[in-house]
Amino acid sequence: MKLRRALIASAVASAAVGMLPAQALADNHGGEVKIGIVTFLSGAAASPFGVPARNAAEMLIQAFNSGKAPAPYNTKGFGGMKITPVIIDEAGSGTNTVTEYRNLVQREKVDLVVGYVSSGNCLAVAPVADELKTVTYLFDCGTPRIFEESPKQFAFRSTNHAAADNVGAALYLKSIGLKAKSFSGINQNYAWGQDSWADFERSMKVYYPKAEVGTSQMPKLFAGQYSAEISALLRSKADVVHSSLWGGDLEAFILQAVPRGLFKRSTVVLTAGEPAMFRMADKIPDGTIIGARGPFGLAAPDTELNRWFRSQYSDRYNTPPTYPSYHMAHGIMAAKMAYERAMKANGGKKPTSEQLAAATRGMTFEGPGGSAKFALSGGQQAVGDYAYGQFKKVNGKPTITNIKRFTVDQIMPPDGVKTADWINSGFKAK
Amino acid sequence: MEDLMFILMDGINFAAWLFLAAVGLTLIYGVMKILNVAHGSFYAMGAYVAASTLGFWFDNNMPPFLSYVALLVAAFVAGFIVGPIIERVLLKPQYDRDEHLILLITYGLFLILEDVLKLIWGVDPYFVSQPYELVGSFELGDMIYPSYYLLMAGLALAVGLGLMLLLNRTHFGRMLVSVIHDREISSAMGINVGRMFAITFGLGVSLAALAGAFTAPTVSVTPGMGVEVIVLSFAVVVTGGLGSLPGVALAAVMMGIVRAICVFYAPELELFVIYSIMALVLTFRPRGLFSIAEARKI
Repeated sequence: MKLRRALIASAVASAAVGMLPAQALADNHGGEVKIGIVTFLSGAAASPFGVPARNAAEMLIQAFNSGKAPAPYNTKGFGGMKITPVIIDEAGSGTNTVTEYRNLVQREKVDLVVGYVSSGNCLAVAPVADELKTVTYLFDCGTPRIFEESPKQFAFRSTNHAAADNVGAALYLKSIGLKAKSFSGINQNYAWGQDSWADFERSMKVYYPKAEVGTSQMPKLFAGQYSAEISALLRSKADVVHSSLWGGDLEAFILQAVPRGLFKRSTVVLTAGEPAMFRMADKIPDGTIIGARGPFGLAAPDTELNRWFRSQYSDRYNTPPTYPSYHMAHGIMAAKMAYERAMKANGGKKPTSEQLAAATRGMTFEGPGGSAKFALSGGQQAVGDYAYGQFKKVNGKPTITNIKRFTVDQIMPPDGVKTADWINSGFKAK
Repeated sequence: MEDLMFILMDGINFAAWLFLAAVGLTLIYGVMKILNVAHGSFYAMGAYVAASTLGFWFDNNMPPFLSYVALLVAAFVAGFIVGPIIERVLLKPQYDRDEHLILLITYGLFLILEDVLKLIWGVDPYFVSQPYELVGSFELGDMIYPSYYLLMAGLALAVGLGLMLLLNRTHFGRMLVSVIHDREISSAMGINVGRMFAITFGLGVSLAALAGAFTAPTVSVTPGMGVEVIVLSFAVVVTGGLGSLPGVALAAVMMGIVRAICVFYAPELELFVIYSIMALVLTFRPRGLFSIAEARKI
C-alpha cells in the first residue's frame, strides 16, 4: 500500500514537473511572438486600404525576422523572438469584428494585435482590448472618440486621428496664401464624412472668418453617382471644395467631376486622396491638394528608414506604398520598439501585456513617416507631424509638390481637450 | 430658370440610371412573381464584364465608337448565359413551393455571387472611362455636362420602348402577357410557360447586366457595388407597382427629379427622399402607381 501511494505520488509529481516547462513554453510560444493583423481583405476598403496595409505587414515582418531592417529596427524579430503573423479580414459587422477579435486573442492566443481601418470597428474593439488585457495598436481608423469618450489601458493608436486631416487641410490652404471667400464640400454620409466636414468647416471659420459655406453635399456611402452633387458644387462657385471621399467613391467622383470642370473652377482638397493618385494619375489635374493622412507617401521625410521602406515595398509589390502601408508600418514598428523596451525593463523576458502597455505609454518611435510619440490620452494616442501637398505630373509621373509640414501642436488638440472645443477656441484651448 | 434646367438634366440622368437598374427586376416579378434579391449581383456582373470587355477592346485598338456595341453584346451574352442556367438549376425546382422560399434562395444566390465575382475579378477596382470620355461634353447655361448622360437617357428610352414593343407588338410578347395574367390558363392554351420563364429570367438578368455595363465607364468597378442597387431598385419597383413597366419609368423620373431638387436646395434630405416618396405613394396606393389588376381566384 505504501509503495502504491509512493508510486502514485511520484507519478503525479513527475507530471506536474513535466508540465511546467511545457506550460512555460506555451506561454512563450517557444520563443515566438504571435501578432494578430486585422485589416480589410475583401469589400470596397480592401483595395485602397486593407491590401496595401497587409502587404506592408508581411514585408516588414519578413524583414524583421531576418534582421534586415535598418536601425533602430535592425535586431531580429521582437527582441530575438520570431514574429508569427495571424492575418484576418476586417470585413463584416461590428459584432462579427468583436467575435473575430476574441477568437484572435482567446483561440489563436496572439500576444498583441495591430489592426482596424474602420472607425466603427476601432470603437467596438477598444473596450474589448481592455477587457481581455491585450495590447492592441489601432493603426488606421480616424475617429477621435476612442480616447476622448473614455480612457483606455490596452488600446493604443499609433497615428494621428482624423482631426489632423481636416485641420491640416484648412491650415494648408492658409499656408499657401489661397484666398477663399467660400467653400463647399462633398463627403460620405456616415461618421467619417460627417466628422471630416465638421472639423474642416470649424477650422475654416478660424482661418477664414469671412468665408461662407456654399453647399455641403453628403451622398450615401458607396452611392457612386454624383451628377447632381457635382452640379450643386459647380453652382455654388466655391473657391474651395473639400472632400474626404475614399476608395471607389473617390474614383467615381474624380471620373465624373474632372470633365465637368469642377477641379478648374475650385481648388479641390482630397484629404484621403493619396491612395488614388497613382491609379488615377491621368485623371487628377495638377494643383489638386492631396492628403496622405499624415507625412506619408510622397510627402514622407527623406530618411534612410523611409527610403528603405519605399524601395523594399516597391520592389516586392511593383507599386509604391501608400498611406495605409505607412500606417501599418508605424503600428508594427511601434509594437517592436515597445516590445524590446519592455524586455529591457524586465531583464530580457517575454513581456506581459501590462509590461508591454507600460512600455508603450509615452514612447517615442521612428517610422518611415518620421517620429511619433504616444503623448495624448494618458500616453495611448500617438501624435506626429503632418504634411499636405499638391498633385503634379512630372515627366508623366505623379508627384506631390509644394509640400508644407505642420507640427503636432498645429494639427492635433492638446491632451485632455476635445477636438471640437480646441478648434472652436481658435486652436488656443489647453 | 437656370437651376430648373440643371435639376431637370441631373434628375433625368439619375432617372435613366434608376430605370435601367430596376426594369429587369420588375420584368422578372411581373412574369414569374419572383422578387430577385440577386438582381444587384447581376448588375455588378454586368459592370465587371464591361470592364473586362472594354479593357480588351481598347488594349487591342478596336474601333472606339463600336465599344458601345461591345458593351451591349457583352451584357446580353453574359445575361443569357448566366440567367437561364440559374433559372433552370436553382429556381425551376422551387416553383411549386412558397414564394418566401424562392426569395430566400435568391438572397443566398446574391451572397454566393458576391464572392464568385471576387473570385473571378479579385478585390482590385477597375476603371474603364474611355466610353464616358469618347462622346465629349456639352454646355447647358454655364454648366458642362458629359454627353454620356444623353447616351444613358437615350438607352433608357430605347430599352423602355423596346420592351413595350416586345410585349405589345410581338407574338412572344403576347404570350408573355398571357403568362403574366394567368400562367395556368396560358399553359392550358399550349404556351410553354417553363420556356417563357427561362427567357424572361435571362432577359431580366441581361437588363441588370446592361445597366451595370453602361454604368461601368462612369465609376470605379469595385466589390459590393451591387448592394446599393438592390435597395434602390426595390424602392423604384415597389413605388411603380410590381411588374409594371410604365410604373417603373414614372417612379424613376419622380425620384430622379425630386432627388435632384433636394441635392440643390436641401442636401441633408437627399439621403432618404427616395424612400420617402416610396412611403408616400404606398400610403395612398398600396400596390404602387400602376399595379397590374389581378382577377380574384375562387
